[in-house]
Amino acid sequence: MCLPLQGKENFMKEIIKSIKIYLIFTVLLGLVYPLIIAAIAQITMPYQANGSLIIKDGRVIGSELIGQKFDKPEYFNSRPSAVNYNAAGSGASNYGPMNEKLIEQVNSYKKNNKKITADMVMASASGLDPHISIENAMLQLPRVARQRNLPESKVKELVNENTDPDFVGIWGKAGVNVLKLNLTLDSL
Amino acid sequence: MYNSALLQVVLFIIILIILALPLGEYMAKVFTGQQVWLSFLIRPVEKFLYRIFGVDETKETDWKSYTFSLIVFNAVGIVVLFILQLIQHILPLNPQGLSSVRWDTALNTAVSFVANTNWQAYGGESTMSYLTQMLGMTAQNFVSSAVGIAVAVTFIRGFVRKSVKEIGNFWVDLTRSIIYLLLPLSIVFSLFLVSQGVIQNFNPYTKAQTIQGQEQVIAQGPVASQEAIKILGTNGGGFFNANSSHPYENPKPITDYFEILGFLVISAALPFTFGAMLNNRKQGWAIFISMLTLYLIGLSVALWSEYHGNPILGLDNMEGKEVRFGILNSVVFGHSTTSTSCGAVNAMHDSFMPLTAMILMFNMMIGEVVFGGVGVGLVGMLIYAILTMFLIGLMIGRTPEIFGKKLEPFEMIMAVLVLILPSIIQLVFGALASSTTLGLSSLNNAGPHGLSEILYAFASGAGNNGSAFAGLNANTPFYNLTLAVAMLVGRFATIIPSLTIAGSLAQKKSTPEISRFPTSGPLFIISIVAVVVVVGALTFFPVLVIGPILEHLEIFTYGN
Amino acid sequence: METKKTIWQPKFIVRAVYDSFIKLNPLNMYRNPVMFAVEIGSILTALITVYNIIQGHPFGFNLQISLWLWFTVLFANFAEALAEGKGKAQAESLKQARSDIIAQKLLPNGDIESIPALALRKGDIALASDNHIIPSDGEIIEGVALVDESAITGESAPVVREFGGDKTGVTGGTKVLSGNIKIKITVNPGETFLDQMVGMIESAKRQKTPNEKALEILLVGLTVLFFVVVVTLNFYAGYVNVKISIPILVALLVCLMPTTIGGLLPAIGIAGMDRLMSRNVIALSGRAVEAAGDVNIVLLDKTGTITLGNRIATEFIPAPGVEEKQLARAAMLSSLADETPEGRSVVILAKEKLRMRGRDITAPEGSKFISFSAETRMSGVDINDRQIRKGATDAIKDFVKPYNKQFPKEVGYAVDRVGGEGGTPLVVCENGNVLGVVRLKDVLKHGIRERLSQLKNIGITSVMITGDNPTTAAAIAAEAGVSDFIAQARPETKLERIRKFQSEGYMVAMIGDGTNDAPALAQADVAVAMNAGTQAAREAANMVDLDSTPTKLLDIVEIGKQILITRGALTTFSVANDVAKYFAIIPALFAVQYPILNTLNVMRLSSPQSAILSAVIFNAIIIPFLIPLSLKGVQCKQDSPMSLLIRNLFIYGLGGLILPFIGIKLIDMIIH
Repeated sequence: MCLPLQGKENFMKEIIKSIKIYLIFTVLLGLVYPLIIAAIAQITMPYQANGSLIIKDGRVIGSELIGQKFDKPEYFNSRPSAVNYNAAGSGASNYGPMNEKLIEQVNSYKKNNKKITADMVMASASGLDPHISIENAMLQLPRVARQRNLPESKVKELVNENTDPDFVGIWGKAGVNVLKLNLTLDSL
Repeated sequence: MYNSALLQVVLFIIILIILALPLGEYMAKVFTGQQVWLSFLIRPVEKFLYRIFGVDETKETDWKSYTFSLIVFNAVGIVVLFILQLIQHILPLNPQGLSSVRWDTALNTAVSFVANTNWQAYGGESTMSYLTQMLGMTAQNFVSSAVGIAVAVTFIRGFVRKSVKEIGNFWVDLTRSIIYLLLPLSIVFSLFLVSQGVIQNFNPYTKAQTIQGQEQVIAQGPVASQEAIKILGTNGGGFFNANSSHPYENPKPITDYFEILGFLVISAALPFTFGAMLNNRKQGWAIFISMLTLYLIGLSVALWSEYHGNPILGLDNMEGKEVRFGILNSVVFGHSTTSTSCGAVNAMHDSFMPLTAMILMFNMMIGEVVFGGVGVGLVGMLIYAILTMFLIGLMIGRTPEIFGKKLEPFEMIMAVLVLILPSIIQLVFGALASSTTLGLSSLNNAGPHGLSEILYAFASGAGNNGSAFAGLNANTPFYNLTLAVAMLVGRFATIIPSLTIAGSLAQKKSTPEISRFPTSGPLFIISIVAVVVVVGALTFFPVLVIGPILEHLEIFTYGN
Repeated sequence: METKKTIWQPKFIVRAVYDSFIKLNPLNMYRNPVMFAVEIGSILTALITVYNIIQGHPFGFNLQISLWLWFTVLFANFAEALAEGKGKAQAESLKQARSDIIAQKLLPNGDIESIPALALRKGDIALASDNHIIPSDGEIIEGVALVDESAITGESAPVVREFGGDKTGVTGGTKVLSGNIKIKITVNPGETFLDQMVGMIESAKRQKTPNEKALEILLVGLTVLFFVVVVTLNFYAGYVNVKISIPILVALLVCLMPTTIGGLLPAIGIAGMDRLMSRNVIALSGRAVEAAGDVNIVLLDKTGTITLGNRIATEFIPAPGVEEKQLARAAMLSSLADETPEGRSVVILAKEKLRMRGRDITAPEGSKFISFSAETRMSGVDINDRQIRKGATDAIKDFVKPYNKQFPKEVGYAVDRVGGEGGTPLVVCENGNVLGVVRLKDVLKHGIRERLSQLKNIGITSVMITGDNPTTAAAIAAEAGVSDFIAQARPETKLERIRKFQSEGYMVAMIGDGTNDAPALAQADVAVAMNAGTQAAREAANMVDLDSTPTKLLDIVEIGKQILITRGALTTFSVANDVAKYFAIIPALFAVQYPILNTLNVMRLSSPQSAILSAVIFNAIIIPFLIPLSLKGVQCKQDSPMSLLIRNLFIYGLGGLILPFIGIKLIDMIIH
């Protein structure tokens, strides 16, 4: 059967065509498309498009979606984070289940606390997990209520209010949004 | 807990089928040039594009020209993306002032995105400028997916056409994939994602003051537009290092649900496209059910393994998982991502229980055919079908044939190449990595888990998946170069032999229907599932024994 | 061929054992890639064993592995040699018979020279008469003879071979019982059909069929893959601090490679050819034999294939007022000098009706015979003033016109009736009197109905082709039970039809014997020529049926399928075996370093060394165990494809999975 191209000329023509088409698509899909989406997003959904940022007293104190470090006893504590909640460098520990460091980390928690939940002692995947499990929150609830001199029932109410739901029972798990919860507690 | 999990999974599968069926028919119409409901909007755009491309949409070529165009196009992509990364520090849209990317990382990344793998040896928010992410990654995500779909459609044409040399027009297939399928879906999906909290801006990174008084720099960027095509095109390369576990890429359970559906749906629809184009829809169902069977078997084992939790710690295995996803979603996402060669993750695979990880690895080792990557997944599964029909044909005393086309030595050579080359490359490189300091110095975990990190990396590369055991420090020249080669082999050792098979099949006559062995019945489905599992198991059993299986046994006898 | 004997005779086996050593020559082995790899492994382990001995290290284990690897290769060679042996033995005995024959060569100047048969070349003319052995394959160009073909067919009933018509072919080695023929030799020494068939059996000359090549590609692909698995395992093992010796690596590789099917593959194909030979079919193309398994449509000639070839007089229908005996006598007289088979059958029928015997018939004095001509379409005899004629109805009508006698309408009815029932009417008249009608009829070959319905059962459509008119053709077709027929066919019709079917994707088989069949035979996918047929037919075909039975195709189809099924079954078996071998060897390799891996030692084998050795031994001895199956072929009967597949999957798939677990455990217990 005959060759697909005859001679160097066709060869070069094909390469030029490839480059042309590639660059056109690059501009179309790499510039036009993201810019259009950005335009629509910024106009119609600016809060979400710009990061769901929480502003208090004129300053950005964080994002509703991004976790931050809470380790003081009067706050509900956040999960361990392998990147120390660095939101410009997300990441995880990548410890395997048998990793010595992981075992040591968990065991030291066990020494100081009677009951623990998995998410209390294990780091998240992104390092920026804004949630803790409801069970985790319940375990911390007495301590926080005590620290703030609030009735446990009131704190529990706040926990429920600041729990992000799952997807109507067909996917996901509900999680307590630590930042929103602590913010609400502080505003009381 | 198990009951609700079962219900959730069942509902998930049902919704997947409901979405995939019409999408499959839609694609069949698009690629055979018929009118669809969006045509009124898109057809003028299509014609305009052909004009400025200089493409005559009525002219089709033989497999050699098609392959040549494809290779040149991919080569251009690698070169452009490579250069873009090297000069990003002098280009606009770089608010964080990120420097030029190191050459081996840039090369690996360029190859990776062109090969639809999207293996990222780098952390996105700390390495790539907004411009690079858009012009390089986003654009390439569309294009590499479109290439995969074009290959699949051409492969299907090999069966449909008789006694002709022409198998299609590469530029037409490429363009149609993008403007009729990927772009419309991405626009809708990205706006949906924004509505749920996925960011889309060009702001500099936000400086926030946390409640406890520390500074937290929050990375920003045009994420939603990239996220949409990362998902839909089974690419997997995320904006951020944490990929789809990052709250800005995957903020809520609902986004997680639609992300998983998103990267499954096109690959799940393609078997139906196959059935429609072949004008034998039962055939399409047979392929779909074969894939679904393998998917469900793997998912069951993975879920069983992960739900057991970590016996050493006596806790659920939440290390490397997000609370809003829990065990179920993380496993389904991980299993789906390794089945489809997507590679996005919503949990850290390095921290999964060993048998769960083994299933994820195995998904990739068998060549990503359980739905698989857009386009190439269907092709890979059909290659297994060719192998199966070869054996079945022999066992019933007939010259082997499939879907009406006879299987001759030439087809067998090509099919064997597709089957063994990716496996060979990952075994060889894995052996190299596990016996040299170059390779071993990157490990994050000791013992058999470390071996798993290596195995996973090369399985991911050769299978064009892109996910990783992220503990492995893969941003070294050794891993960047070996993985680049593995990705190239995995991608092109599938595409090129498949195109030659398509060309060869298209030239053959079709055997009469009455004399064909029924390939849409349960016997065929069971056979093809068995062939996939057996071939994969025979190839990888030894390394899996001294990797994840050994780790599993050690964990459950820990302390004894 | 007279040897329908079993292959398991001591002389065959001894010969095969001897051959299996000869075949170890690498130049021979490399044609079978899988076993060649095993041979290289055997050499390697042997060298290492020798090295061990020289160094004074323990060598027992390596020695055993090496020995069993050599056995693996030898067993495979043995299988091939055994299959070859049978065919070669038959061929040798025939060649022996021929080397003694002296031929009578006719020189151009008319002299006759006696030379050895093997010196005859293509184009030579040889003479043969009573009790001569025909010296070589050829065509009769003059004369007629009664031939005993038992030397090649095993049938002692003699057959007629003669010049003119379709029965001109003769085969070297057969005996002329009576008659006188001039034979034009059509082959050079060493090129007879028999020689060609032997070439298909001898592995050195054998051409692999496309199917075999495709399977071999798969096996080589798996071999390469497993080679990589084993070599890289050496390095992975290093990571877990385990060292694996080279002999063990080789052993693992040989166990994983599809050695069972790889070793038996040549034997399967050769044995298929042997089985064909024992059914008296000479195949000239292995590819055609395998294609036979796929045949959808078979084209059959009417004359000579479905029917006996010559019409036979079966009935005398006298005119009103005429006695049957009178008609019979007149018909007989007019046919005495008739050389055609039809004429002779009239005489035979008349003899029967008149209760006369052969010797009593002579033509009366003064007879003048009128032979048949295309213009008159009559033949007959003039005896003094009696003019007896027989022939086509309208020809006879014209003949009796001058006598001004009415053509009896009852005769007219009889003519119509005979025609409508598919026969040919011959009207007989004497002088002006129409005496009656002789019915000529096609007679079906014995057993044709049953065989054609068997073809239908396995899904093959039979199509009869004839030059007859549609009514006659329809009648014969219905009687024989063919699925379809084509009437008023010209010589080109067969070729056209085959091409048309092939363009629609069908596989077409054709059975023929005449020269005009040659183009169609050349075009068909599976072309079977009757040995009794013309040389042109035999050369155009890719198979020759020595028995000249049209339904030999059934046997050919069965054997064609059998070859493929046997290959498929053993491939599945071979691959399924690997699972158990892994469970034997992998724990053995690593359990010393990691005792928990012993949970994978499901067979509870006694020690790593015995585990590996047991696997190697099983891998070796499974080959001779499967030799009988390979030579006989997997039974396929006339099953539907589905049930065939399910049965084979169970036996060879599931069986192949389970059997080695049991086998390896048994061997382990024995050697421990």
